[in-house]
Amino acid sequence: MFSFLVSFIPRAVVQSIPLLFGSTGEIVSEKSGNLNLGIPGVMYVGGICGVIGAFFYEHSAGGELNPALGIGIPLLCCLVGSLLMGLLYCFLTVNLRANQNVTGLAMTTFGVGFGNFFGGSLIKLVGAEIPTISLSATSHLYRTKLPFAEGLGWFGQIFFSYGFLAYVAIIIAVAASYMLNHTRAGLQLRAVGEDPATADAAGIGITRYKYLATCSGCMIAGLGGLYYVMDYANGIWANDAFGDRGWLAIALVIFTIWRPNVSIFASILFGGLYILYIFIPTGTDLAVKELYKMLPYVVTIVVLVISSLRNKRENQPPEHLGLPYFREDR
Amino acid sequence: MAQQQPAIRMRNICKSFGSVQANHNMNLDVYRGEILALLGENGSGKTTLMNMLSGIYYPDSGTIEIDGKRVNISSPKDSFDYGIGMIHQHFKLVNVFTAAENIVLGVKEKGKFNIDAAVERIKEICDTYGFDVDPYQKIYDMSVSQKQTVEIVKQLYRGAEILILDEPTAVLTPQETDKLFAVLRNMRANNKAVVIITHKLNEVENISDRVVVLRKGEYVGEMITSETTQQEMTNMMVGRQISLNIERPDPEMKYRMKRIVVKNLTVKNREGVTKLDDVSFDAWTGEILGIAGISGSGQKELLEAIAGLQPVESGSIEYMVDVDEPVQLIGMDPVKIADMGVALSFVPEDRLGMGLVGSMGVTDNMMLRSFRNGPTPFTDRKDPKHLAEVVVDELEVDTPGIATPVRRLSGGNVQKVLVGREIASAPTVLLSAYAVRGLDVNSSYLIYDLLNMQKGNGVAVVYVGEDLDVLVELCDRILVLCGGKVSGIVDGRKTDKNEVGLMMTKLGGGEAQ
Repeated sequence: MFSFLVSFIPRAVVQSIPLLFGSTGEIVSEKSGNLNLGIPGVMYVGGICGVIGAFFYEHSAGGELNPALGIGIPLLCCLVGSLLMGLLYCFLTVNLRANQNVTGLAMTTFGVGFGNFFGGSLIKLVGAEIPTISLSATSHLYRTKLPFAEGLGWFGQIFFSYGFLAYVAIIIAVAASYMLNHTRAGLQLRAVGEDPATADAAGIGITRYKYLATCSGCMIAGLGGLYYVMDYANGIWANDAFGDRGWLAIALVIFTIWRPNVSIFASILFGGLYILYIFIPTGTDLAVKELYKMLPYVVTIVVLVISSLRNKRENQPPEHLGLPYFREDR
Repeated sequence: MAQQQPAIRMRNICKSFGSVQANHNMNLDVYRGEILALLGENGSGKTTLMNMLSGIYYPDSGTIEIDGKRVNISSPKDSFDYGIGMIHQHFKLVNVFTAAENIVLGVKEKGKFNIDAAVERIKEICDTYGFDVDPYQKIYDMSVSQKQTVEIVKQLYRGAEILILDEPTAVLTPQETDKLFAVLRNMRANNKAVVIITHKLNEVENISDRVVVLRKGEYVGEMITSETTQQEMTNMMVGRQISLNIERPDPEMKYRMKRIVVKNLTVKNREGVTKLDDVSFDAWTGEILGIAGISGSGQKELLEAIAGLQPVESGSIEYMVDVDEPVQLIGMDPVKIADMGVALSFVPEDRLGMGLVGSMGVTDNMMLRSFRNGPTPFTDRKDPKHLAEVVVDELEVDTPGIATPVRRLSGGNVQKVLVGREIASAPTVLLSAYAVRGLDVNSSYLIYDLLNMQKGNGVAVVYVGEDLDVLVELCDRILVLCGGKVSGIVDGRKTDKNEVGLMMTKLGGGEAQ
């Protein structure tokens, strides 16, 4: 049992990190009242932008990568790509007051297509046999573990066997949680999502907060895509490989009832549920595997039912979530 | 006072919404150490004018000076920086936050965010002015008057020197109003400027030093309150002599019979709280039955129970088709009840919440009543359109056109559309709640006339009202509710305001607030 856990938990954790990035980003965005359903697309864009950056750097640098640039360039590309997605979403929903659901869904469609299009282009460029791009050098940098991890046995396996982005994800989640609950900016951000008219009357810049929260949320989520390609997938980009993780991240937001710190553990739970089918002998019956893959969503529905039944005001989504705000609206 | 520098000086302010001019060449001076009442009918531009001070709207033209300096208020933040605090009709509070969190919202303070330090300051303010606020209480747990107190504390915490209150008493009981006025006088003594928007004349007399009257978006004049009379203010406000007496024709005796018989009605709300407790009464044809009570005493539940919208715990509601032909309404489909001629014109607090669809025009809202008519699945638009025109015309609804979404109309006009539609369906029972809430004097009388007309036609009218003066003058009989119980049914011709007011608070005085 113990050895099972030692091998299961690290796999659940690496599975969970993209979800954690995605859900933290989405929570920050939703707290400002922006229901960003474009997060799955943003994660695709974050991933492919990182891939594009890494691809060209690897090809121009030849064999030897400068570690700082090898990490920095894909990271920067990923952040810029997701930021642009965030800006686009904000411009449409905040300035033009477009419907958030429609905009978000369109952006997801767009992001997935964007990822697959440029993924396909790169694959054509290298002319590989298998339709994938392998960025093993960059991936190697991203997967560098703490030097002392090996010496700590199972403890090191469970806690220190991950690339740096995994720790970044946890730090961001903790920081976001602290920001939301213990700082003035967090209070004001929550006020914007709950009741923008009130926040506006209190002199809080609604547009500024929405932009900041949504764009930084998108950048956080984009890192999830980068982590997936560079760390989880060993630097191999294949079209559509990222799958439905973006939607899982959004389900996670509801599951954690808008709390990034809870999301750290919840994402590991989701990650575990997501790969549980590998560890449970199901034989060749693929249908059973699909049933196991459903588990995270089933758990989300159960949480929704329970939190709705408890009917606690604090556990409700931000009151103005998904609605546009216009000061002079009557 | 004339030599004193005004805290606020507004000159030639204009503001339009689309083709409707809300403010035209408006002038206003507000001084420190005085309470100014801003008086005007609905749609006279009081709130719009004040919203330009609070940064919600930006004037199309005109100048604003604060303490003699020309200023440009382009956002609520600017407004704060000039020491202006406005308490809106709909409170600007975040429900899931505590009082303290709401109070510190948007305040720029140096150093680490520390809610406990803020709580200390809030307590100080409360002690100074005599407020009773629990800083850690969540807003959604608070009563209306508590919320209002939080709003006032919030403005004081932010160091507001000029306080604007938009119809602050609309949701308060008389006792709460007295408390509020005491606080305002206290603030006046502290040399702050207070502006109170209202259309209740007795409040103007009670609280203000000076009164400025607006009409149809224009400045009409101002008076020292102690040197004027209610009659004079009314004249300025409406611009022409109107009778202060509400007509009350005697009930038509010819076909007089009971129409609705309610016996031992008990209703619980979803949380299991008893909202109506053993209520019995009759509503007769050709009379107006008034229902008085502090808001939330069960008026809403009573009307909804009759209309079939509210599950009933026990008791019976009978509709008398004829003298000896009762039909039990409990358990009946609301649509069938409506078909029998029971019309519910319920005006909830946000006017659009029930009965009208905000984004649809007048015609489409008329169709909400008639869309089931006719044999084909296609709707008939001709009759509703005609009806919409008649309602707009006869009730003087101020709208750019019958296709304009009703959401864009001012509150009073929305109400006229709703009441007009209900009356047009020729009901036998007309249930109306707060039919004149927020309406100006003229429109209110129009509604009274409509109700009286229905009464003359033999309709059993149930009128839930909040203004006791109106109830006593308009209704034939008045049922007084208190905490869900009937504390008495009185004859409108023989009773007076004091008696009804006393009955409203007689039972369970503790719950009354």
